[in-house]
This record gives sequence, structure tokens and C-alpha cells, in this order.
Amino acid sequence: MSGLPPYATVGQKAWYYGFRVICGLIFFFLIAPIAVIIPLSFNAEDFFTFTPEMLSLSPEGYSMKHYEDFFTNSEWQQALWNSVRIAPMATILSVSFGTLAAIGLSQPHVPFRRAIMAILISPMIVPLIISAAGMYFFYSRVGLQGTYWGVVLAHAALGIPFVIITVTATLVGFDRSLTRASANLGADPVTTFFKVQMPLILPGVISGGLFAFITSFDEVVVVLFVGSAGQKTLPWQMFTGLREQISPTILAVATILVTLSILLLATIEILRRRSEKLRGMSPG
Amino acid sequence: MTDATGPDQVTGATPDNAIRNADRADNGPVLAADGTPLKRSLNRALRREKTRALLLIAPLLLFILITFIAPIADMLFRSVENAIVEDTLPATVEALDEWDSATEELPSPDVFRALFFDLFVAAEAKEHTQLGTRLNYEQTGISSTFRSTGRGLDDIGELYQDVFEDQNELWEEADFWYAMMNAGDGAAAGDLLAAERARMAALTDEPKDGEIGFAPSATIASILPRTTREYTAFAILTALVEEDVVAEEEPWEAVFAALGLDLQDQSLRAGIEGYSGPGAAELQAALANVDSLPVVDYRAAFIEEDDDWGDPEVWRTLQTYSDRYTMGYFLNSIDLQLTPDGIQSRPEDEQIYILLFQRTLIMSMAITLSCILLGYPIAFLLANLPLRTANVLMILVLLPFWTSLLVRTSAWKVLLQQQGVINDILVWIGLVDDANRLVMINNQTGTIIAMTHILLPFMILPLYSVMKTIPPAYVRAAKSLGATDWTAFWRVYFPNSVPGIGAGSILVFILAIGYYITPELVGGTTGVFISNRIAYHISSSLNWGLAAALGSILLAAVLILYWTYDRIVGIDNVKLGG
Repeated sequence: MSGLPPYATVGQKAWYYGFRVICGLIFFFLIAPIAVIIPLSFNAEDFFTFTPEMLSLSPEGYSMKHYEDFFTNSEWQQALWNSVRIAPMATILSVSFGTLAAIGLSQPHVPFRRAIMAILISPMIVPLIISAAGMYFFYSRVGLQGTYWGVVLAHAALGIPFVIITVTATLVGFDRSLTRASANLGADPVTTFFKVQMPLILPGVISGGLFAFITSFDEVVVVLFVGSAGQKTLPWQMFTGLREQISPTILAVATILVTLSILLLATIEILRRRSEKLRGMSPG
Repeated sequence: MTDATGPDQVTGATPDNAIRNADRADNGPVLAADGTPLKRSLNRALRREKTRALLLIAPLLLFILITFIAPIADMLFRSVENAIVEDTLPATVEALDEWDSATEELPSPDVFRALFFDLFVAAEAKEHTQLGTRLNYEQTGISSTFRSTGRGLDDIGELYQDVFEDQNELWEEADFWYAMMNAGDGAAAGDLLAAERARMAALTDEPKDGEIGFAPSATIASILPRTTREYTAFAILTALVEEDVVAEEEPWEAVFAALGLDLQDQSLRAGIEGYSGPGAAELQAALANVDSLPVVDYRAAFIEEDDDWGDPEVWRTLQTYSDRYTMGYFLNSIDLQLTPDGIQSRPEDEQIYILLFQRTLIMSMAITLSCILLGYPIAFLLANLPLRTANVLMILVLLPFWTSLLVRTSAWKVLLQQQGVINDILVWIGLVDDANRLVMINNQTGTIIAMTHILLPFMILPLYSVMKTIPPAYVRAAKSLGATDWTAFWRVYFPNSVPGIGAGSILVFILAIGYYITPELVGGTTGVFISNRIAYHISSSLNWGLAAALGSILLAAVLILYWTYDRIVGIDNVKLGG
């Protein structure tokens, strides 16, 4: 695939370019739906399609009114505020418990390692609707259903597998003689953890945290069941908006969220490269 | 650590001392620095290391067990749990046990009488409609029978109450009743109180341990057992649910009915005549007038309230579902039904779950297949391009992966509508007539298109990581041995990439069969999955048992697939974002 040889036949050339066109179309399928909503969110009308004014690129066809609606409508603002209150708390819980456990799991001798790993990863495997159903039943028994902490605990549980996976992956390349050297120089385990181990695995911890954050920030099924009207998050508001009174404000919110994902993606990519460089796993 | 770095003390555990000790103990086991045998010392170090690892894991494990595993276990439990019948109608269930459901005879009047007292308390606690709803899942119409009967029970009790109150107006006084029933300084019937607390706790699903300001007198409990039982139940609900003072409330009609039955009971006669506590005179006067009390035919009274009580079918359903645990929900979720005559299939027009499971499987397979078709070329291209170009193109795969699920679903909702972008373009090109715009949403097509888009990155990423490991020399070797491009790909490259297809397919399939949001928003009525039905039963129909049973079946399917995935790929190899 790395370039066409000069002796390629017509058929080979046709296939070479044909294949690229096919791949181009698939990439288009992947990106176009996301790309389309960005211009549509600036629509001056309350339509979900391009108006003639928009196609002729005239300024009258475009406006910020859906964004204004998002920033002034109290329902959307309340939803945004709820999301902002829930996601960081859930992230803090998953990252602190998850990092400790990942360090424990990467020790050389862990009894029942496979079983423990299976339990810790399970929130990622079990379909969300089942987690949501179980949590709804159980949390209403113990009085957590419809409370802020109920949603936070549920989201923290959902985010933990991501923290475990990213942090254990970082710890695979961790040179254990570094902790021994630190201990040898007189540092106690806590100092060793914060001064030696933590800076080295920090990229993994942060990207695990970002995964946990986005899991909570994007989550809608569990919050629909475990939460009540007081915990209505941004995705929940979008979900009801899409199901009941579909308003173009959703597209403005979607565009903001796409921007947020691009920022997160960039951060994680930078962290991954930095972590690989720190551990000497890649030359770049 | 400190042992090894501390100052050398002549008597302490220094390597020198250890060697000297070892020299002294000739032929003994090899010793560690502190004089213990090396084997034991190593074991201890290993154990310490294991404990430390477990201590680090323990908080999270506990967290997950409480916030996640316990809810799942609760759901599994609810799928078979059926305590509501026995908790709401304990005496009825016991009495009904002897009834032979094969006959066309109705149960004995004793069963109806037990039902009166059980249902009266349940109606006071407002729990009888819940039981009606539960049994309505098994036989349509029972719900309204329970509701209408619940309203009419007072009439039966009033038959007795009116007679008592005509005899002596003291029977209307709350404090007269309280003085008679309460133990006060005398001996209390503690067992009876505890038993009634437990019965009320089971009925209302809440503990009933609070102070109620009443204890049944042991004397009165022995001479008026039925009355004491009902009055105690009345006292518990009055104090803990209504939050009223027991001594200030007139008892329920059922307490009068119980008193009437106690007075009519010949075996209790001697006890009442010999009674001398509070209310003795009134009791003995009532006993002398016992003939004026009505002899109620509970069976006729119930049938008068609602004809359905005269239908043996209702009683058969009640008997079939009186066990604390039932297979009923699981049978319902595969379109079967537990009937007194064994397991039967549900009526033709109520069979939906097998169809829904089939549809979920078929659509998940269609989605998996289209993900393979679209994902394979992309993964192949990325794996064979130079790393730098591949990394740039990878962003096009990762961006949708990172974008909010709802953003992608709303994008498809906007694109696929009849007045949406795709239809507009097709009309503009002239492929589609403006009058017959394509219906691509709220049906299976919509679900498959949107979910293929959403799950495609989960196919591409594992495929890509497997293809990266296939050495390019294999294909070159095949070509140099005379294979055409196609042969080299199909006979050499493709078999090497099969593990990637397997891993990606299982991942996509697991995710697809449990999907809820996207089918809910773009699936309409024909494009929905089993998960949408589960959500419906939790939030709309409130048939939680059925939701739990459907969820358990789905969970089992996912766990089997997950186990396969673990065997093929290994859960440790799950990678996120490349």
C-alpha cells in the first residue's frame, strides 16, 4: 500500500485508486454527520436543514440565536450546571480509588488477579440498561435513588474500568527498580509514591480521569433511572429534547460538545505521547 | 527496610551476626539475616506483599461491590422474587393451601374469611392495589377486582360494628377500646406484638420497630385472640404510618368483625365470662346478646362485592402465584405462562418477547456485519500507511469515538428525517421525487445506519491493532512465490487478520445488543431492542419483575459473549483510543 510500483498494471492502478476512493467514502460517513451539525447550528430559522439563504452563504441565513437560547434558557443552564456538578465529583472518586487499585493490581503477586480484574472491569461490559435497572432497584431500596450522591456513585462506578485500564497500561512499562532506589535512599513509601511513581504514571492517571469524566458527562441511561428531575444533566435534557419537542438549540449544544471532545481528544493524545516518551517506549 | 539501613548493633540482626549464627547452628536450615529460616522469612515477605496489594485494591473492590455488583444481584433476585402475595395475604395463602385447584368448587368460607381480614389490613395500608397489579400480569382483570373489593370491605365490618354500637355507645369510644386492649401495668403479649410488627413490616416493606404507645394485654389476648390480633395491627399502622395516637382513634371495622367472631366462638365463652379487667361488663353484656350478632357468609359477601371472586380461575391464579419465589417472570419473558395446569404459551396476541429477542439479535448481527464491511478497509488502509499519515487519519476515527453519543444520534436524526439533509440532497439531484421522500428514520433502517456509525470505531480499533502486528514480509513472500495480489491477500493476509475481526465483532455485538438510547430515538416502533422494553417495564408499566427477568437474560447473553472475548483477546488487552 505504500505507493504504487512503477510496473503496476492498469488493473492494479484502478484498484489502488478505487480502494482509496472507497476508504474516502467511509471516512466521509464517519465524519460528515458530525460536521453537518456545526453549520446547521448557526441556522437563522428553526429548521433542521439548510435554508436557501444558508446555501447562498448570505449572512441573513446565519445567526447565533440557538446559542443565545442555550445560554439564556434556564432549563438548559440548570442541566449544564448539574452536569458540571456531577461529572467532576464522579471523576475524583473513580480516579482516586482506581489509581490505588491499579497500583495494587500491578504488583507481582496478587491473589485472584483475574477474578478481581473481571469484577472491576464489569461496569464497562454490562449493558448500560442493565446497570441502570439494577441501580434503580437497589438505590431505591437504600434511599439513594433520585439524589445527587446516587448519581455520583453510579457514574463513578461506570468510570472506574477506564481508569483501571489506562493506569495499569501505564504501569506495565514502569521500572520498579526506581521505587527500590528511592526506598534505598531513605524515602518512605508515601514519599516514593508522590515523588517518584506519581509523576511517571501521571499521564495515564490524567487520561483515565478524562475517560471517567467524559463517561459521566455523556452518560444518559443511568442518570435517567437513578436521577430525578433535580439531577437532570445536559445529555438528559438533549434526550428529552430529541424525543419530545425537538428544538434547534440541541444542535448548538451538540456543537459545543463536539468542540469539547476535540479538546479532550487532543489532550489525551498529547498525554499518551508524553507518557510513551517518558517511559522510553517510542523515539518521538 | 529500616532493619537493613539501621546502625549495626552487635546483638541485632546484621548480616555478620546472621552468618555467625548460621555457622553456630551447623546442619540447620538456611537462615535469613534475622535468624529465622530463610524459607519462612521469604514466605512472610511474600505474604506481606500480597496483603499490601490486596489492601490497595480493597477500597475499590468494596466500592464496586456496593455501587455496582449489589445492584446487579438485586436485579437477579427481583427476577424470581414473588413475596408480595404471601406478604399481603399471609392467612389466605395458608388457608388456600388445602384447596384443590382441579375442582370447580370455590374455596371454603374459611378462606374467604381469612381473605377479608388480610385484605382489610392491606387496604388500610394501601398495599392491596399493588398486589392487584402484580396478579394482573398473570390474569387480566384481577387488578380491578382488588381495587373494587378494597372499597367494599368496610361494609362487611359495619354489619358487626352497627350491632355493637346499638347495644352500647361505649363501643364507639376510642379510649374505651384502648383501655380494654392495652396491657398497661399488666402482662403484655410480647410475642403477638412482635409477630404483628413483622407482618406489617412485610406488608409495607418498611421496618415497623418504632414506639407505638400500645402493648396488647396478655389476658385479653388469650380470651379474644382474633380481636387482639386485628387491634394490634390497627395500633401499629395508626402509630407508625398514620402517625396518630392509638388511644384517640376508633378501631377499624375489621376489629369489630373479629370481636364478633370471638364472641360467637363457643370455645372462648368460658374465658370471657370469667374476665374481670377493663370493659368486662360491656363484653359480658355483648356475649349475652350474642344472638343479635349477624352470621356473615363471607363467600357470598365477597361475590357480592365483585363477581370475579366466584370464579375459580381467580383463586387458581392466586394459588399458583402464592410461592415466595416464582419462575413466572422468566417464563413471561419467553412468551410462556405459569398456569395451574403447568407451563403454557401465552395468548397469541401477547407473544412479543421471543420476537423482540430475535429482532435484537438479527439487528445486532446486521450492525456487526456492516461494521466489518466498513471497518476492514479503513483498518487495512491505516495499518499499511506510513505511521505519520496513519496517525493523522486515525483522528478521523477517534473524533466520532470521542463525540457524545447524543450528538451523533441527534446528527442522524437531523440527517435522516423526511425534511432532512439527505432527502433534500436526493430530491435536489433528482433521484427521489419530492412527493415520495424516503422514510429512513423511526424504523429498522434508521437504527442500523445510526448504530453502525456509532459502533464503527469499536471495530476499527481492534482490527487496526491486530493488522499492525502482521509482518509485511508475509505478503511480499507470497507474491515472490508467484501469488497474485488477490491470492496473497486472501490466503496470507486475511487469515492473519481474522483474530481482529473476531475481537471487533464480539465487541460491537456486545455493545449493540444492550443499546438503548439510539434505538429509542431513531428506532420508532419496529427498530427497538429488548433494552427499550426493559426500560418501558421499569418506568411505564412498573412490572419490575419482568424487567429484571428480561435484563437477566440479556445479562447472561452478554456475559457468555464477554467470556468468549476474554478467551480470544484477553481482557487485559482492551485498549482505549489506539
